[in-house]
Amino acid sequence: MEEIVADELRETFKTGRTRSVAWRKNQLNALLDLVIENEESIFKALHRDLGKDPVESYRDEIGVILKSARYSLSCLDKWVAPKKAELPLLFFPAKGDVLPEPLGVVLIFSSWNFPISLLLDPLIGAISAGNAVLLKPSELAPACLSFLVQNIPLYLDNKAIKIIDGRSEVGEKLLKLKWDKIFFTGSPRVGSLVMAAAARYLTPVTLELGGKCPAIVDTLSSPSKTKVAAKRIVGGKWAPCTGQACIAIDYLLVEEKLAPTLIEVLKKTIKKFYGENIKDLKNISRIVNKHHFQRLHNLLKDPHVAASVVYGGSVNEEKLVIEPTILLDPPLDSEIMTEEIFGPLLPIITLKNLEESIEFINSKPKPLVIYAFTEDEAFKERILSKTSSGTVTFNDSMVQFLCDALPFGGVGQSGFGRYHGKYSFDTFSHEKAVLHRAFFPELEPRYPPWNDFKLRFIRLAYMFDYLGLILLLLGLKKP
Amino acid sequence: MEEEKQTFDADKAAVLVNELRETFSSGKTKSYEWRTSQLESISKMIDEKEKEIIEAVHKDLSKPELEAFVSEISMTKSSCKLALKVLKSWMMPEKVETSIATYPSSAEIVSEPLGVVLVLSTWNFPFLLSLDPVIGAIAAGNVVVLKPSEIAPATSTLLAKLLVEYADESAIRVVEGAVAETSALLEQKWDKIFFTGGARVGRIVMAAAAKHLTPVTLELGGKCPAVVDSNVNLQVTARRIISGKWACNNGQACIGVDYIITTKEFAPKLIDALRSVLEEFFGKDPMESKDRSRIINSFHFMRLINLLDEDKVSDKIVAGGQRNESQLQIAPTILLDVPEDSLMMQEEIFGPLLPIITVEKLEDSFNMINRKQKPLAAYLFSDDEQIKRKFVQNVFAGGIAINDTVLQITVPGLPFGGVGESGMGSYHGKYSFDAFSHKKAVLYRSFGGEAPTRYPPYTPGKQKQMKALLSGNLFNIILALLGWFKD
Repeated sequence: MEEIVADELRETFKTGRTRSVAWRKNQLNALLDLVIENEESIFKALHRDLGKDPVESYRDEIGVILKSARYSLSCLDKWVAPKKAELPLLFFPAKGDVLPEPLGVVLIFSSWNFPISLLLDPLIGAISAGNAVLLKPSELAPACLSFLVQNIPLYLDNKAIKIIDGRSEVGEKLLKLKWDKIFFTGSPRVGSLVMAAAARYLTPVTLELGGKCPAIVDTLSSPSKTKVAAKRIVGGKWAPCTGQACIAIDYLLVEEKLAPTLIEVLKKTIKKFYGENIKDLKNISRIVNKHHFQRLHNLLKDPHVAASVVYGGSVNEEKLVIEPTILLDPPLDSEIMTEEIFGPLLPIITLKNLEESIEFINSKPKPLVIYAFTEDEAFKERILSKTSSGTVTFNDSMVQFLCDALPFGGVGQSGFGRYHGKYSFDTFSHEKAVLHRAFFPELEPRYPPWNDFKLRFIRLAYMFDYLGLILLLLGLKKP
Repeated sequence: MEEEKQTFDADKAAVLVNELRETFSSGKTKSYEWRTSQLESISKMIDEKEKEIIEAVHKDLSKPELEAFVSEISMTKSSCKLALKVLKSWMMPEKVETSIATYPSSAEIVSEPLGVVLVLSTWNFPFLLSLDPVIGAIAAGNVVVLKPSEIAPATSTLLAKLLVEYADESAIRVVEGAVAETSALLEQKWDKIFFTGGARVGRIVMAAAAKHLTPVTLELGGKCPAVVDSNVNLQVTARRIISGKWACNNGQACIGVDYIITTKEFAPKLIDALRSVLEEFFGKDPMESKDRSRIINSFHFMRLINLLDEDKVSDKIVAGGQRNESQLQIAPTILLDVPEDSLMMQEEIFGPLLPIITVEKLEDSFNMINRKQKPLAAYLFSDDEQIKRKFVQNVFAGGIAINDTVLQITVPGLPFGGVGESGMGSYHGKYSFDAFSHKKAVLYRSFGGEAPTRYPPYTPGKQKQMKALLSGNLFNIILALLGWFKD
């Protein structure tokens, strides 16, 4: 069945239909209609799957897609145009271009935490670049999956953009087929399997993976700034899907003496945003399913970890809710500090000197984002030059995601490849080099039989020593 | 007494990688000074050892001096010089625009080295294809392990010797060897692997890289077609085709012309022109000419003979066909209309055999090419603007050259790389620097510009504001903040 779908997409791509700019714009507009006309249904589905509030859903899912699609529409003509390349004078008269062309039939896997935007945002890139697409959404967000399976065929070109329903076995079957590109969002473990499968067909891949995104928190010059920082930290931990986000803040690094103040401010902020306790919890998503609930609950069950809880810790298994929880210095070898948390637990690690944060971060795999709240310009420089991550954001969280001009992607264990804005277009394109030459003039020394004169000529040519070349041709140059 | 050769196994490879990782962690290779000092030293090495390099390449391939000078010495030297000239600008962060949604903020993209990189090279341009990627890796601030091809042993040994002499050994190392050594290296965790070679090994490299989530650039091969129209300057066309076939390592080049497609009508004229220019370039008896590389070894010689002697192929020879096993040489051979299902038309030839396939209409060639795997390069010789446009738009390939061959890879402003079976990723010029860099996104925010819209408790009013903010429309944002936005 999967093979039939892939074959159909390939047939459609061969017809050349998806290459026309009109088709691409048409599909992007149809996608906008799909989202705008079904906003309420999307809110409902996201609430069913993850307990997301409409504002969260709009901010993280619907708004992102509308923005991306509109941006692509406004830039598409520019993006598809060939880019001129500079040619050395020696080639004159000649013209060089870099021309983007679609890769062909692409496969997009998305994850369950942002089930709408993590599927449709790459789709926008694939369509903009002129490809045929198969979408494989995560089955762990079933209401969203249903919504998408029902509506994608209603709005988009059925022969060129298809969506496939199913569990992970379907994903495995798809990976046995040949694709011209695979775009994967998910865990490093599965990312590695995807890449290994892609290797069989030499299929290029973009892997958007995860990691432990740290936030370094420095002492700030005023309490009001600390308040703002606290809001942004809370907004970077619990606001995106209750911490189930690849770019969510995973843990904090602070100086010992700052910890008590920071914890107090964080507690106040949490209460203000989300309610006083687990019974009154609002404006926050829930854990996606029992499996992840158990996983997170187990992190807290380690007695040393449980002992480090300074706020929260309560759970409601029936509702799949864990309240925003802060931990102070859980053991560094506990699972909560070695694995990506992906949930509403925030460890705060204290250091004698904040400089140590750099070494601490470097002792772990490269994360998708490093956050740092500091006013120390020199410290910012050191963080930038001495650590490595997909992105670095200073004095805020999450918002880098909205910047279309910034590439969004990982490095090392957090992945490779990138998208957003033009990078989405590029990630689904091949940049084809094109050289146009004329029949004249002809450079004799290019051709055999070889002799000394030709060798002298070529030496000068490679140094772009045009004067020398002229002298040589006039018989005036000495070797 | 013969010294026992120590095997380079996975343990040794792990030790090597650890050493290099320590060098990288020290931060030494990130400085502009270190990078330029290495590039200058390599540039000096190419100048001072030109003769030895040409000799080694001649030993491995019988490559004529001028060809070696152009394809191995000059191109490598140019890469080095270009990097030295513009490295400062390549290393500078790129400022980018931020949107109103994150106002006030500033953003930039910072290039940083990936870390410890592995360059696996091949035998046909053994010096260039080893050093060119290494130059890119150094320019981007990485530490490098180079594994040259054992099939070009003189060049491999020379590279090992020269890089010890000229390069910083704590950061740049050469590992010589064959399959065992390559496997040992591939077991390690690298921050990037750059591979030049065939698709079969390319798959193995990518599968090994997958274990560690290592990004790869694969420069592979393919059957590069040259489509020839009837309205061309025949003399120049023939010369440029021959230049991109037999004068380019005797056909053993990934971007060399693999086969030709032309109309039934034009084929005889083209064959005549090719024959006459072949004589001009290589003399009446091409087997006597010193101006062509030899076939690299017996294995490839036999492989090519098998392609040539296949049933229904051997009777299609219209020029050449002579062979000399002891000299590892095959004459420039042209064949007309070998069957589509022959080995010669199924595999990359990588040798001095040139099949010409004829079609009724020239445009039939486009589909023929697209039915095969995407090649590294596709060539068109034509004077018709419409045909050129259609070819460029519709033929899938790594790169395209119109009215010439091979030269597209000498332009630093053009990316050199494949697509599909011919590879992934690209290099040359700034693309080399980029291939070995991570482009880190950096966003700077201040503590002002707080939008309460961002935070709970969420209200319908906030929802409206959120929409306005994300729409990027300044007017709407003002209205929203004043409570007047209607969605």
